[in-house]
Amino acid sequence: MSNQLYQQTVLKHNRDPRNFGEIDDCSHHAEGFNPLCGDEVKVFLQVEGDELKDLKFTGKGCAVSQASASIMTEALKGKKLSEVQVQYEDFIKMASGEKLNPSGEIAAFAGISQFPSRVKCAVLAWKTFNAAIAGADNTISTE
Amino acid sequence: MLDIAKIRADFPILERQVHKKNLAYLDNGATTLKPNQVVETIDKHYKEECSNIHRGIHWLSERATESYEGTREKVKNLINAESTDNIVFNSGTTAGINLVVQSYGRSQLNAGDEVIISAMEHHSNIVPWQMLRDEKGIVIKVVPVLEDGSLDMAAFYALISEKTKFISIMYVSNVLGTVNPMQEICDKANELNIPVLVDAAQAIAHMPVDVQKLNCTFMVFSAHKMYGPTGVGVLYGKAEYLEKMPPVNGGGDMILSVSFDKTVYNVAPYKFEAGTPNIAGVIGLGAAVDYLLTFDWQQVEDREAELIAYAHEKLEQIPGLKIIGTAKIKSGAVSFTMKDIHPHDIGTIVDRSGVAIRTGHHCAQPLMEFYGIVATARASFAIYNTKEEVDQLVKALEKVQEIFA
Repeated sequence: MSNQLYQQTVLKHNRDPRNFGEIDDCSHHAEGFNPLCGDEVKVFLQVEGDELKDLKFTGKGCAVSQASASIMTEALKGKKLSEVQVQYEDFIKMASGEKLNPSGEIAAFAGISQFPSRVKCAVLAWKTFNAAIAGADNTISTE
Repeated sequence: MLDIAKIRADFPILERQVHKKNLAYLDNGATTLKPNQVVETIDKHYKEECSNIHRGIHWLSERATESYEGTREKVKNLINAESTDNIVFNSGTTAGINLVVQSYGRSQLNAGDEVIISAMEHHSNIVPWQMLRDEKGIVIKVVPVLEDGSLDMAAFYALISEKTKFISIMYVSNVLGTVNPMQEICDKANELNIPVLVDAAQAIAHMPVDVQKLNCTFMVFSAHKMYGPTGVGVLYGKAEYLEKMPPVNGGGDMILSVSFDKTVYNVAPYKFEAGTPNIAGVIGLGAAVDYLLTFDWQQVEDREAELIAYAHEKLEQIPGLKIIGTAKIKSGAVSFTMKDIHPHDIGTIVDRSGVAIRTGHHCAQPLMEFYGIVATARASFAIYNTKEEVDQLVKALEKVQEIFA
């Protein structure tokens, strides 16, 4: 059922996204687009040493994309970059259907692979985050 | 009256269950479903007459050529073209527009020349012109849309000047359902001797289209939006225009003779059909034309008007739902938004109730910008749709409201 995707966690973060906004003088940032639906997300990172001190996002889009971004910021903020990398990879694996047991609110997306047309919405913020960390091309697209 | 039960029996896919619910397919603006008559014709081509066309002198090739060229005749009749020579086959509406831009546009338009399009155009009637703009310095002028989703005709007249060298406008909006006053636009263009392209992608299955009555210079449409296969479409062009247009793709049927010094191009339409075409697709298009013409146009239009009116009536009762596009004359589609619920979320939830609708910007981002929205949800109709399917959509939308309450 669609309730499986639209759990309270997702709806809550969509209504009231955490860490929403920009970081002035951030160390990394990137923009992500989903040309399929026009969703966009910008992520701003403050990396100090090997720690992700701060992480914020702005954007507009569906509940799945916004909640995913919000939950991502809470999950990654304050973590070591090595842990962040593991979490990023786990999220992408989970979105592509691998059975993982994510902890915390990320679990809201455990069933996302059963909604193939929505996987791009869920991974947009994460991929944008990854692009920001990599600092390669600062614009990414889910297409 | 159309016999809807009989029509539905032609489309076995309508029997499918989706997420254990009866399918309500309301995404016909994206592509229509295909009737047995079309599927079987394509099947028959591959099973009984599979062969390349035009060059073969054997029996099979003659049969395939006959079916392929027979479709040209059918399409000519469907749109009342002067001759089969006006009918160019290609891969679809987008290919047709690109061909006109890359051939006519590139050879005939110069820096400073103005091309008029509209604010409701699909990306396929915006981007090719921008590509030409960047290459040649033409100027694109955009006819605005009024709040109700109709074209601002006063602005259209005001935009026309001596610099206007081309007009390219869609007949029916894929987002708003607006039927544009194409006859009026063509009449004005002809009065000033400005070539006009009609994008009939969303019109061709919904209303009779007559290129001679419209007196348009070009018309483009796709088979897959008129119960035919994907990957095949039609460009109609007036003879005097097609003659002066250079081919864009080289090779195959588009030549009369080739030497390393000189190539003599074939005549239209063949000079625009390089390479082995989508033979089965074109033959399937022929079957789609036959199928479409088994119906009385008036009945098709009445049926659709009834469905759209019913959808409007039912959807308007849903609190917070706003219909985008309320022009007086509409065809095919009803677009809407629901407060701050993103259309993609609407799409996923109604899908779980077996209802297929389109959500997103519908390849019309500038139009979305005009309305200050990122996307809409869109229900679009075909001859097999029923009021019960509209009810199924309404019920599903109530579920959306529950979840997002």
